[in-house]
Amino acid sequence: MIPRIEYYKFENLSEALSYLRNNPDSKIIAGGTDLIIQLRSKKINARKLLDISRINELKYIQDGSEYFRIGALVTIEELKKSKVIKDYAQPLWRAVNNFAVWQVRNTATIGGNICNASPAADTVPPLIVLEAKLKLQNIERVREVKIEEFFKGPGETIIERDEILTEIVIPKKNSLWRYSFIKLGRRHSHILSIVNVAVGLKMNNTKIEDAIIALGSVAPTPVRAKNVEEYLRERQATSKLIDEASREVVKDIKPISDVRASAEYRVEMSKLLVKKALNECLDIMK
Amino acid sequence: MGRWITLTVNGSKRRVEVKDNEILLDVLRDKLKVKSVKAACWRGECGLCSILLNGKLVKSCLVLAVEVDGSEILTVEGLARDGELAPIQRSFIEHGALQCGFCTPAFVLASHKLLEENPSASEDEIKESLSGIVCRCGTYYEIIEAIKDASKHYQVRKKV
Ligand SMILES: Cc1cc2nc3c(=O)[nH]c(=O)nc-3n(C[C@H](O)[C@H](O)[C@H](O)COP(=O)(O)OP(=O)(O)OC[C@H]3O[C@@H](n4cnc5c(N)ncnc54)[C@H](O)[C@@H]3O)c2cc1C
Ligand code: FES
Ligand code: FES
Repeated sequence: MIPRIEYYKFENLSEALSYLRNNPDSKIIAGGTDLIIQLRSKKINARKLLDISRINELKYIQDGSEYFRIGALVTIEELKKSKVIKDYAQPLWRAVNNFAVWQVRNTATIGGNICNASPAADTVPPLIVLEAKLKLQNIERVREVKIEEFFKGPGETIIERDEILTEIVIPKKNSLWRYSFIKLGRRHSHILSIVNVAVGLKMNNTKIEDAIIALGSVAPTPVRAKNVEEYLRERQATSKLIDEASREVVKDIKPISDVRASAEYRVEMSKLLVKKALNECLDIMK
Repeated sequence: MGRWITLTVNGSKRRVEVKDNEILLDVLRDKLKVKSVKAACWRGECGLCSILLNGKLVKSCLVLAVEVDGSEILTVEGLARDGELAPIQRSFIEHGALQCGFCTPAFVLASHKLLEENPSASEDEIKESLSGIVCRCGTYYEIIEAIKDASKHYQVRKKV
């Protein structure tokens, strides 16, 4: 049993939002795959739970001309089976194909993966690279924030107590962009990442016009590797450039040692994985 | 105190009083006496508490009972039809795909669901789908053989 709580469930968004306005001491539960464990281990104390898992208006993948939109309650398994995600959000698709196990993917939501704000969350580096925005809604208004600006530290975000993450908005970018994602875990997918890396390169023939790189598990929040990006921009893609640029990643990360790996190991693996992900990205183009 | 919820467990409607903080796994085992569902880690790691909840395989230790009011639950007790074991159950017996048997209900249920969805699952797909369940006796080889062998029955079923 977990500590005592009061449980509330609403099936439509506006009811849930007005409940939340009046009960700011409530914790939201979606799939519960992070939260139930945190409640049990008393890492989180909550008196009240707001169950949003039955709000069907937050379960959709919408394919538009400039953007596509993912409702916050879409499960990881649904993303894995989605052709839209496979076609337009390659790095995210790769991430959900290396995510947890079947039972967990069936209940775990993308919104929960983001809002849990684990530095290891697998969907986040891909969403950073895809330049996703998050829609945060309270009873009066909706605001949109860039996903990179959402995180403050492990388990901490800028979300207000009366807000629900309702949607992830991903711009459709032009076809010059190429992507890759690599996850290093102790076991293929069962376990949280030791390091994960997503890369997006905008290529003009062999020249790198633009680069976006994001890593997880190597700092208190998922991070952009801005030094690597800067090193790559407007340069010819040679293997020497990739080697040198990958080493720059040490300036972008602040890893710690934990039960999964030591800080030193994470530094070495970050260099290696950035290099591998960049090469993979360039390989796709051959 | 608590509240009453209704669950359809292996085809029969059950009403049960639960507290808001009770875990589905504990309600199934302790209140509804569905003992095939095993409890070992209570933290999503071993997979022994796997059930089919509204047709989806989930770990019942990560779910609150109050969350699933009105749901349908299938466990290994509900697989046999008219006293006949499901093909996957027979195949586990024929292949001796167990030692202590503690993990067997979870593996049987998960592989039943897998074969229903994808009767021609490859060995890699079988391994991936079952990777969330742990067998401490190490009978994985026999389990995979049992599933491959049972798959023909599900292929036939899917055709008719
Ligand atoms: C065995 C196992 C393996 C796992 N493997 C992986 C893995 O490979 N990669 C990985 O990244 N994660 C993994 N996880 C972690 C977890 O499954 C994911 O983070 C999952 O996506 C969380 O989603 P959820 O819907 O279950 O969130 P919940 O547990 O319901 O919620 C998580 C947090 O987000 C908040 N929240 C949820 N939805 C919203 C919303 N819409 N608006 C505002 N706040 C919200 C909740 O209040 C809570 O703080 C694993 C977990 C387990 C148990
Ligand atoms: S008891 Fe649920 S996964 Fe171990
Ligand atoms: S047979 Fe003993 S745990 Fe699998």
